[in-house]
Amino acid sequence: MGYTLAEKIWNSHVVHQQAGEPDLLYVDLHLINEVTSPQAFDGLRTAGRSVRRPELTLGMEDHNVPTTGIDRPIADPLSALQVQTLRRNCTDFGIELFHMGGIEQGIVHVVGPQLGLTQPGMTIVCGDSHTSTHGAFGALAFGIGTSEAEHVLATQTLPAQPFKTMSVTIEGDLPQGTSSKDVILALIAQIGTGGGQGYVLEYRGPAVEKMTMEARMTMCNMSIEAGARAGLIAPDQVTLDYLKGRPRAPQGQEWDTAAAYWLALATDEDAVFDAEVTLDAATITPFVTWGTNPGQGVPISGSVPSPEDFDDERDKAAAERALEYMGLKAGTPMKSVEVDTVFLGSCTNGRIEDLRIAAQVLQGRKVKAGMRMLVVPGSMKVKAQAEEEGLDEVFKAAGAEWRFAGCSMCLGMNPDQVGAGDRCASTSNRNFEGRQGQGARTHLVSPAVAAATAVRGTISTPADLN
Amino acid sequence: MQQFTTHTGTGVPLRRSNIDTDQIIPSRFLKRVSRAGFDDALFAEWRKDPDFILNTTPYQSGSILIAGSDFGIGSSREHAVWGLLDYGFRVIVSSRFADIFRGNSGKAGLLTAQVTERDVEYLWNLLEQEPATKLSVDLPNQTITTAETVINFDIDPYVKWRLTMGYDDISLTERHLEAIARHEAARPAFMPRCHV
Repeated sequence: MGYTLAEKIWNSHVVHQQAGEPDLLYVDLHLINEVTSPQAFDGLRTAGRSVRRPELTLGMEDHNVPTTGIDRPIADPLSALQVQTLRRNCTDFGIELFHMGGIEQGIVHVVGPQLGLTQPGMTIVCGDSHTSTHGAFGALAFGIGTSEAEHVLATQTLPAQPFKTMSVTIEGDLPQGTSSKDVILALIAQIGTGGGQGYVLEYRGPAVEKMTMEARMTMCNMSIEAGARAGLIAPDQVTLDYLKGRPRAPQGQEWDTAAAYWLALATDEDAVFDAEVTLDAATITPFVTWGTNPGQGVPISGSVPSPEDFDDERDKAAAERALEYMGLKAGTPMKSVEVDTVFLGSCTNGRIEDLRIAAQVLQGRKVKAGMRMLVVPGSMKVKAQAEEEGLDEVFKAAGAEWRFAGCSMCLGMNPDQVGAGDRCASTSNRNFEGRQGQGARTHLVSPAVAAATAVRGTISTPADLN
Repeated sequence: MQQFTTHTGTGVPLRRSNIDTDQIIPSRFLKRVSRAGFDDALFAEWRKDPDFILNTTPYQSGSILIAGSDFGIGSSREHAVWGLLDYGFRVIVSSRFADIFRGNSGKAGLLTAQVTERDVEYLWNLLEQEPATKLSVDLPNQTITTAETVINFDIDPYVKWRLTMGYDDISLTERHLEAIARHEAARPAFMPRCHV
């Protein structure tokens, strides 16, 4: 019997194996940020340990950083302290760090791939659950806690329990106007926030093969929202084309060696998955969440469900509570739900293709009066690229705010927050209570829907603008 | 790490499923650089409601939380575990935990006891009807004992061993430094390195 992609990567990274113990896995790349690393470095210092492989560690200022006035000191003293602490830790332990305002700065899950640091067959960890993004390259990438980060800093390994594997096959072609964001939202609505628990998901099938790397990243990014630790896609020609020539990708003869190695990682034909799910791409329509977890979603043409629609008592109770928090009435058509804030950005949908799609919708149109639209590129490089293409002018002319790079309004750790009781159509990944600000109400959508919603003022698709 | 063998305390029936780590500890509390003092941050939004269970007696002094399925979904923030521990919780009982949360708990010394949905329902009803009743959690035997019955819980055997002994994960791994060095020597040369 052959092996799945996940098993191949796992097996090639086992440093130590013993029955009754978790496998000890080698970590090829450890990404650290200012929020989840300070206590890990404190732990190292207390125990008198050092960082085993600084050259396999990359620091990034992304969660806290403001997206305006980045030439000035950070106003929030707590955020400033966290950023200073990361700088000190990276200096003390000899770790490469991308500073706020620098051209390589951005959300670490946007920058890793963009630099070519994220490569197939690697193990990548970060104290951030959306590390699953890097799985789009066929890298086994997952989020870890601060204790685990300390463990990786000290030993460059991580004890890990083997995962089960689940294939998620997307058959057919995605209809015009839909995106990988709609696919992943539809999948989570189908299998639930715990549906992937204990699994590594491997996305495959014709619709996935046709996706760009950026679309694949969006899908892998939200694997965690289905409860899965990681999402994976087999490396193929699309992957190679994306990586070739990137600053940290292999060059010359090493490229050929690497490329052959990467392409051999694909799941063997006779490999068996522990579970299988199939979606028909033709049935995918633009999707939107109505509730307070990413599994509470419906097609945009649908309506807010009633708690009575759910068989399970717990789902019923969860729906009741979500409707109360969201200030929604059962039966309301999603397209009539009025929104006052639109956020375009995040590690889910803050890449150049996302900005292009939104700009295309906004071209020659205006954001509705009273609506606040924030456009936050996922990295400074994405920002520069967008400006070269004139996308920033389209956003500004439409009345949107054009910002510097960072995590921003996805989780509101910087000043970019959604007001209490305000309703936001967001291209980010989580609609939890208070996620975007205390009392904020979030509807997760694709970039196309976000842009159309900004124009019409109610949840909309670009087709609704004509 | 804090060792765990047995614990007896007040149970808190939290009748909610899908409790995500943004609820357990909102992001504004993640700006601290210390590892202690997160008790005020625990369920910070929900605790503003005077009727929230942790604002009522005797639950406010609870140390065993019984929650609905998919507890700890979302962000990888270990601060969620620190908040629960700092508040005084030693055990979380649920029918299903999110992977990263469960992993973080095991590292920090918080016991995640997995039971059936029926047992969760039973404990909720019991604790709502008899708030003063005490629960006893026994890790070596993997049991939760009430005045009426004994419930078995699941936990990964290795995590159980580590919690029972109070072992530090990094020290355990340092037994394998030679194997790590061997693996490093055999890594493909094309794998990327950061600039140091």
